[in-house]
Amino acid sequence: MSVDLSQFHQVFFEESNEGLDIMESALLGIDLENLDSEKINEIFRAAHSIKGGSGTFGFQQIADFTHVVETLLDLIRSDQFKMLSQHVDLFLQSVDCMRTMINQIEDGKDCDLEQAGQLKAQFENILANLDGDSDSDAVTETKNDDSSSDDISGWKIYFKPDADILRTGNEPVRMFRELEELGRLEVSADLSGLPDLASLEPEACYLAWNIRLFSSAERAAVEEVFEWVVDDSELSIEPMAAEASDDSKFEDPSQADVVSVTPVAEVAETQVPAVEKVAAADSQPKAAAKRETKTESASIRVATDKVDSLINMVGELVITQSMLGELGKDFAIERLPSLMEGLEQLNNHTRELQESVMRIRMLPISFAFSRFPRLVHDMSKTLGKQVELELLGEQTELDKTVMERIGDPLVHLVRNSLDHGIESPEQRVAAGKDEMGKITLNAFHQGGNIVIQIIDDGAGLNRERILSKAIENGLVKESDYLNDEQIHDLVFRPGFSTAAEITDISGRGVGMDVVRRNIQELNGSVEVESTPGVGSTFTIRLPLTLAILDGQLIRVGSDVYIFPLVSIVESIQSYDQMIHRVSSGCEVLRLRDEYVPIVRLWDIFNVKPDSEQLEDGLLVVVEGDNIKIAVLVDDLLAQQQVVIKSLQDNYRSVEGISGATILGDGTVSLILDISGLIQLAGVSREDYKKIVPEDGSQAA
Amino acid sequence: MATILAVDDSASMRQMVAFTLKGAGFDVIEAGDGQEALEKAKSASVDLVLSDVNMPVMDGIELVKNLRTLPDYKFTPILMLTTESAGDKKSEGKNAGATGWLVKPFNPEQLLATIKKVMG
Repeated sequence: MSVDLSQFHQVFFEESNEGLDIMESALLGIDLENLDSEKINEIFRAAHSIKGGSGTFGFQQIADFTHVVETLLDLIRSDQFKMLSQHVDLFLQSVDCMRTMINQIEDGKDCDLEQAGQLKAQFENILANLDGDSDSDAVTETKNDDSSSDDISGWKIYFKPDADILRTGNEPVRMFRELEELGRLEVSADLSGLPDLASLEPEACYLAWNIRLFSSAERAAVEEVFEWVVDDSELSIEPMAAEASDDSKFEDPSQADVVSVTPVAEVAETQVPAVEKVAAADSQPKAAAKRETKTESASIRVATDKVDSLINMVGELVITQSMLGELGKDFAIERLPSLMEGLEQLNNHTRELQESVMRIRMLPISFAFSRFPRLVHDMSKTLGKQVELELLGEQTELDKTVMERIGDPLVHLVRNSLDHGIESPEQRVAAGKDEMGKITLNAFHQGGNIVIQIIDDGAGLNRERILSKAIENGLVKESDYLNDEQIHDLVFRPGFSTAAEITDISGRGVGMDVVRRNIQELNGSVEVESTPGVGSTFTIRLPLTLAILDGQLIRVGSDVYIFPLVSIVESIQSYDQMIHRVSSGCEVLRLRDEYVPIVRLWDIFNVKPDSEQLEDGLLVVVEGDNIKIAVLVDDLLAQQQVVIKSLQDNYRSVEGISGATILGDGTVSLILDISGLIQLAGVSREDYKKIVPEDGSQAA
Repeated sequence: MATILAVDDSASMRQMVAFTLKGAGFDVIEAGDGQEALEKAKSASVDLVLSDVNMPVMDGIELVKNLRTLPDYKFTPILMLTTESAGDKKSEGKNAGATGWLVKPFNPEQLLATIKKVMG
């Protein structure tokens, strides 16, 4: 029968990637001084499974490469080889290499064998320097002493199994049957070993057999039949000369004069000392929850219990619906209480259903965190720093889409903390700190948000340097007074570049402004707190999902619009003296030491407001793309969570509007897109720059 | 119909083995490690055990030792799935009471041929 092995490939890829993740994290957690045998076992098992699978499923390149990795691991596991830190690095590189190869195969490409070749050579080098190890490959080679079987008519076999043969599940009769497939068989039992009935043990095997096999089969084929028992049995296999073939008379077993002949190769095998005492297999069970694999945008893996709860909820909903339907058939006013009750139930179920559906898209943040141990390990080596990474709140869940898009900003922030935050060991010692720096990634839920913090215990932001840099780059003027918070915030400003100290690590073109923009695109925010000499904390706040938004409802005339709450800086009642008119005919609001262009929403959307006068309404100061505008509205209404409906899907995309939602009373309300609004109002970055200093100098 | 207990921590290998065996008409019980296999062996009647050696929680060697102490599994054929580099594992498995072994990588045909050896 033929089995199409390609159907198992996907499982193999997923499982190999998981295995590589396990190897990586175990390697990173290795304490070379105090080798944890279970960790080594875990690494070994992962490599072993990948090797076994790749061989089985026909990925020979991976199997060949994994073989050398596994061989060295096996030696480490059996204490025959001392692992040093350069070996950990070699293994880590091998993990990367295997991952690349597997991904290439998965993508249907050919493996790039260059790196594998180099690494393999390193492994072989290490292995070659060890005497007489890496033996085992020769073992399976079968002895090939018999030139050919042409001149023989068959084999004369004497087989005296060990008394315990049956206890290993082997059964001589089955072997004879197998031999029979090679040719005609004559078997006679040698009963000489049989004891008295009194001393006979029913489960032991006392018999021996003389066998004549008339077959042209190779010796190897005959040996293979006895492969599993040869070590413990007396076995002789001798060629039968052609003339003896018709000799039907059996030799007398008692005078058979057979010496136990054990094939040489097998002797070598048994003499290999059983060193594998280390495999303390029943030590702590591997943490569950390792089943998840890498995130893919196309599909999502959902835990069965989440789906079950969803189905359960839908069931409840159907029951409520039929109950309400029943109630509506012949409704009378006295049945109002049951109607109310039914509606209450409907309300509860709908909310629960909504929550269940949301949960499906939620994944633990460990998906995003998992890459950091390696990143920190590699980077701290490159930078010559000692850094410990702590991950907290890994089980905190957030939306899959948010997770996918927060990865890069997080990497950037962690790199930044490593590069600029943590000091070199010498500096740390000089500052009276522990040599070992620490970076903590912490995630937790707060209200409807997820908060992710990147905390380092490094030098903290250098206030003076940031300020001078910002003045140099024209972001602020020397005369400006900025508090610490504002100064720290400058690092997120576009144009704030620390180009002078660009390094391989964090100076890769992406600035902090991009980090902030990426996070803002997710309706999130990022800010930094820092204390000189103690460290910095970057705090990212993100909505749990992109489908729901914390909104501020505002009113213009009879229309209700929604601002994303995160974009609002503040809302103020304006007074005449705060308003300045600049030469271009545009009005700006003087907000403490800033000048903010005023945008009239009614003008932009062409609706009728209560009043067109600035002082009758309220000014909502919002920020998008690092530009602030003050939006004139008639009234501020409630703050609430709204479900975002795509305008593009249902209508078409409209400038200045990011989506719509349906309010409690059934009316549609538009959600404002701040960046779009700024463009719509004609406030470009250049204008803004022009206005601010122009008016600033005027006011000064 | 004969029942085979297939034990491997690698899901892809286990699936391949189970698929092949089912295709050949065997009933297959799957287990992801020795401990799970032992539990399943106790609660079902199994005619043949196919087990990987390197597994978390309880490895194949330990599983064989444990199975051989059960009256129902005194003579049951137990085959170890090993890799060629694990020569000493073979003898260790044998000492524990394994019937024989099948060397990885193997293809479905080799698997069935080996099984025929002990299920004849």
